Amino acid sequence: MTATVERPGREIGKARRRKEDARLITGRTRWTDNLQLPGMLHMAILRSAAAHARITHIDASAARRVPGVHAVFTGADLAGEQGSLPCAWPVTPDMKAPQHPSLAVDTVRFAGDAVAVVVARSAYLAADALEAIDVDYEDLPVVLDMEAALAGGSPLVHPDLGTNRNALWVFDSGEAGTGGDVEQALSDSEVVVKRRFRQQRLIPAFMEPRSVLVDPTGEQLTIWSATQIPHVLRVMLALTLGIPEHKLRVIAPDVGGGFGGKLQLTPEEVLTLLVARRLGKPVKYTESRSDSMVSAHHGRDQIQDLTISASKDGTITGLKVELMADMGAYLGLVTPGVPILGAFMFNAIYKIPAYRFACTNVFTNKTWTDAYRGAGRPEATFGIERMMDELAAELGMDPMQLRRKNWITHEEFPFTTVCGLTYDSGNYEAATARAMELFGYDALREEQRQRRERNDPVQLGIGISTFTEMCGLAPSRVLGSLSYGAGGWEHGAVRMLPTGKVEVVTGSSAHGQGHETAFSQIIADRLGVPFEDIEVLHGDTLVSQKGMDTYGSRSLAVGGMAALKAADKVIEKARPIAAHMLECGEDDLEWADGKFTVRGTSNAKSIAEVALAVFAAHDLPDGVEPNLDSEATYDPENFSFPHGTHLCAAEVDTETGAVRLRSYVAVDDVGVVVNPLIVEGQVHGGLAQGIAQALFEEAVHDETGTLVTGTLADYLVPSAADLPSFTLDRTESPATTNPLGVKGVGEAGTIASTPAVVNAVVDAVRHLGVRDVEMPCSPRRVWQAINQGGTQ
Amino acid sequence: MVGIRVTVDGTRYEDDVEPRMLLVHYLRERLGKVGTVVGCDTSNCGACTVHLDGHSVKSCSVLAVQADGREVTTIEGLARDGKLHPMQQAFHDSHALQCGFCTPGMIMQAIDLLADNHDPDEQAVRHGLEGNLCRCTGYQNIVRAVLDAAKKMSPGAGPELERTEQRETAPVAGGGGE
Repeated sequence: MTATVERPGREIGKARRRKEDARLITGRTRWTDNLQLPGMLHMAILRSAAAHARITHIDASAARRVPGVHAVFTGADLAGEQGSLPCAWPVTPDMKAPQHPSLAVDTVRFAGDAVAVVVARSAYLAADALEAIDVDYEDLPVVLDMEAALAGGSPLVHPDLGTNRNALWVFDSGEAGTGGDVEQALSDSEVVVKRRFRQQRLIPAFMEPRSVLVDPTGEQLTIWSATQIPHVLRVMLALTLGIPEHKLRVIAPDVGGGFGGKLQLTPEEVLTLLVARRLGKPVKYTESRSDSMVSAHHGRDQIQDLTISASKDGTITGLKVELMADMGAYLGLVTPGVPILGAFMFNAIYKIPAYRFACTNVFTNKTWTDAYRGAGRPEATFGIERMMDELAAELGMDPMQLRRKNWITHEEFPFTTVCGLTYDSGNYEAATARAMELFGYDALREEQRQRRERNDPVQLGIGISTFTEMCGLAPSRVLGSLSYGAGGWEHGAVRMLPTGKVEVVTGSSAHGQGHETAFSQIIADRLGVPFEDIEVLHGDTLVSQKGMDTYGSRSLAVGGMAALKAADKVIEKARPIAAHMLECGEDDLEWADGKFTVRGTSNAKSIAEVALAVFAAHDLPDGVEPNLDSEATYDPENFSFPHGTHLCAAEVDTETGAVRLRSYVAVDDVGVVVNPLIVEGQVHGGLAQGIAQALFEEAVHDETGTLVTGTLADYLVPSAADLPSFTLDRTESPATTNPLGVKGVGEAGTIASTPAVVNAVVDAVRHLGVRDVEMPCSPRRVWQAINQGGTQ
Repeated sequence: MVGIRVTVDGTRYEDDVEPRMLLVHYLRERLGKVGTVVGCDTSNCGACTVHLDGHSVKSCSVLAVQADGREVTTIEGLARDGKLHPMQQAFHDSHALQCGFCTPGMIMQAIDLLADNHDPDEQAVRHGLEGNLCRCTGYQNIVRAVLDAAKKMSPGAGPELERTEQRETAPVAGGGGE
C-alpha cells in the first residue's frame, strides 16, 4: 500500500465516446451465433421436464431417421468421455461435491437437465428431431425447500453423498482473533434485533443467449463461445475432458452481456465440443431464451437469519449471520464460494466489534446457482443495510444517524475490519453529505411526516444504503487462503508496431464494459500516443495467451494495471535505444509526453521514432534486443473498496400496494475515474438490476420443481417504462493500492440499490405495522403486508 | 417451399423459403444480415426489431412469407453514404449501449417511435421502448439518446427516409403478400 496516485493526464478522466460502438450500432458484430463455417452442423438439446427422475429408457431411433439428422447422443453414449463439470472452489476440506455430468446418464436432478442431443444440418431440423426422442422417466421425490432438505429423512438430491448439505463455512471473529465473541456481545447488549430475510432466486438474463461453435478441423480444436472467461474455459476444458491444453483455442468474440451468468464452464460447451469431435465437423449450439432461463446458472437464493445487537445510544456491539444458500442440483465453477464472498461484507462500513458468519450450502432439485452480478456481496449488503434500518426503528433513531454513529470515519483509514480486511481509503461522510443534498433528505422526511399525518393513501418512504464492496478480484494469496482453485492476477501486453501504432493485449475479456476505450485511455497517457493509435485486443487465447478474464469489478483495477505495467516496460526498453539515438547517457533523458528529451535541450525522440528504429534495427546499442514489446502480470496486493451512499424515495399506494420510485440518488466513490461516461453507464445498469431484484424479478418453481418463470414473458426483466431516471454524482477517494487509484464500478449499482429500495418500501408503511416486505416487493406482497400488518 | 420477393436494405431478393421460416432467420441465415439478432422466443425482448415498409416489427414474430412484396430495413441499412443515421449517432454520443446486443432492435424501435411522435417527452420515450429490453444500461442513456435524436431529426423522417423505390427506376414487383 505504498503506491502513489498519479493524477489524471490527458486521457484519463475524459468522457471518451466508446470505440466499440462503431460496430455495435451498425450491426457489424461478431456474436458467436453469427458465425457460419463450411459443413457446419447444428446441435439441439433435449431437456428433462422432471425435476428429479430416473431415466428408465431412451428411444432415439425415430429421431435418428429424420432426414438431415447426423447423430443423436444420449448420456450413455458420452458417459465415457464427458467427465464431470468442475467446481474450482472447494470451500471446506469436507465439502460434498457431486458428480456433474454434462448429459444426464441415469438420473435427472433438475427440470432442465440435459438428457440427449441431436445434431442436424439445420437448427430447425435439430429442433424437429428432438420431438421424436422418447424418454421414459420414473419420478423420484423432489427436494425444493432448503430447510426441508436439511431435515432428517429428507429425500436426497445426491444419495451417494448421504446428505443435502454441501458444506458449512464459518468465520468467527473471536476464534480468528479479529474481534470479540458474538454470543457474549449479544447477551451483554441492551438492544437485540433478529430478522429473517429471503434473497430470492434470480436469473442473470444477459441479452445474448449463450452460443458455442466448435471447429474440430485443424490442429487445434477451436471453440467460439459467448463466455466471460475464455482463458479459464480453456484450462477447465483441458482438465475436464483430458484434452491437451495446447490443442485448444478459445475465442470469445463479441459477447452480449454476462453479469456472472457467463462465468462458467457449461454443459453446452462440453457437449458441443464432444459431438463436433465425434463427427469431425464444426457444430454450433445456440440456446433459445427458454433454454437459457432454465439451464444457465441462476443467482442469489439465500435465507438469511440475522441478529444485531447495540447499546441504547445506537453503538453496534455484535452481528451474527446464519445463512442457508441454495446450490441447486449441482456445483458450477464457483457455486459454493458465492455466499462465502458475502462473509466479508456483512460488516460493511461499520465498526462492529464482534461478528460471526456461518453459511450452510444446500442441494435442491433446481437449476444450479453461481455468480450473478455482485456474487455474495449484494446479499450481504442487503442483509446489513436492512438490519441497520430495523435497528434504527427499534431504537427510534433516524436511520442515517445510526449509520453515522457506527461507520468508519475518513480519518480512520486504513482500517482493518472485524473480518480482517484492510479498507485502504474512503470517505463515507463526504458521499453521504453530497447524496443528502442532492436528494433533499430533510424536505422528503417532512413530506413523509405530512402524508402520515393526513393518512394519505399514497405514503412516502425513504430508503438508505451506505454500502461498500470488495472489488478488484483478487489478491492470489487471499484466494489461496479461501481454498479457491486459481489465482487472481491479470496479464497484459503492449506491442509497439513499426509505424508507432500500439496494440494492447489484455487477458481481461470484455463483454460490454468498454475495455477497448478505457484501456486505450490509460495506455495513451502512459505512452504519450494518441487514443486513436491504440487497438485493444482481447478474448482469443491465440492473441491473448494468458488471462483470468472478467468478473468481480476487476478489469481496470487488475487488468488495467497489468497493461500499464507492460507499457512501463516498453518505456524502459526504449530508453537505452533513445539514448543511443540521441548520443547521450540514459541518465540524461527525461521521459514525458511520449518522448525522451535530452535534459535541458530540445533534442528528443518519440516512442514512435524509437519503434521505427527498432524495426529497422540497423543501429542499436550493442547487445540490445530489437524489440520493445512487453508483457506483465499484475497480482493485486489488496482488494479495492468502492463505496457510496444511495438514497431512494418510494411512493407506496396503500390501497393497491403499487410502488413507484419517485427519485433515486446515487453518490458513488469508485476512486479515480478513467472515463466518466462509462462509469455512469455502469452505475445506471447496476441500479436497474438491483432495483429489479427489489421490485420485479424472481425465479419461481412450482411444487414439482418446474420453473414457472421460464420465459421473458414470466420473468420480469424491467423495461424502460418500469424504471425512473437516476441522479448520479461521485466523490473521489483514490485507491492507495494501485498506481492509478482506481477501484472498479461494475457491481456497485447492483450491490447498493436493492436494500435502498426495500428500505424505502418498508419505511413508507412501517407506521402501519409493516417491518418487512419479501422481495420482489410486488403490489400483492406490499398490499398483503399492509393489510395483515406484518411481514409478507 | 414458397417463393418470395423481398427488398432488404435496398437490395432485391427472390428466394424459396419454408412457410414456417421466421423473418429473422431468413435475414440472418439466408441473407447473412446478422446485424439483426434473436434475444428471446416470446417476442418480449425486441432485439430482432426491423422495419417492414417503414414501421417496426419484431422479426421473430413475422414469417418470411409475410414479407413477400415488401421492403425490410435492418440496422445494416440505416447508414447512408457512409454517414450514420441520426439515431445511430445519438446512441453513440449518449453512450446508450454497453454490450450492444439489444442495440439494433432498440435503434429500429426508437426511429419508429419518432416517426409516430417527433417530439416525445421522457415518459413517451420510455413507453415507446417498452417492448425492447436492455440488461446493461438501465435505459437512462437510451432515453437521452432518443430525445437527442428527436431534436436532430426532421419530422416524418422515419418511413419516408427508408423508401428505396423512389431512388430506383424499376419498382419492386408485388408478390403474394398484399
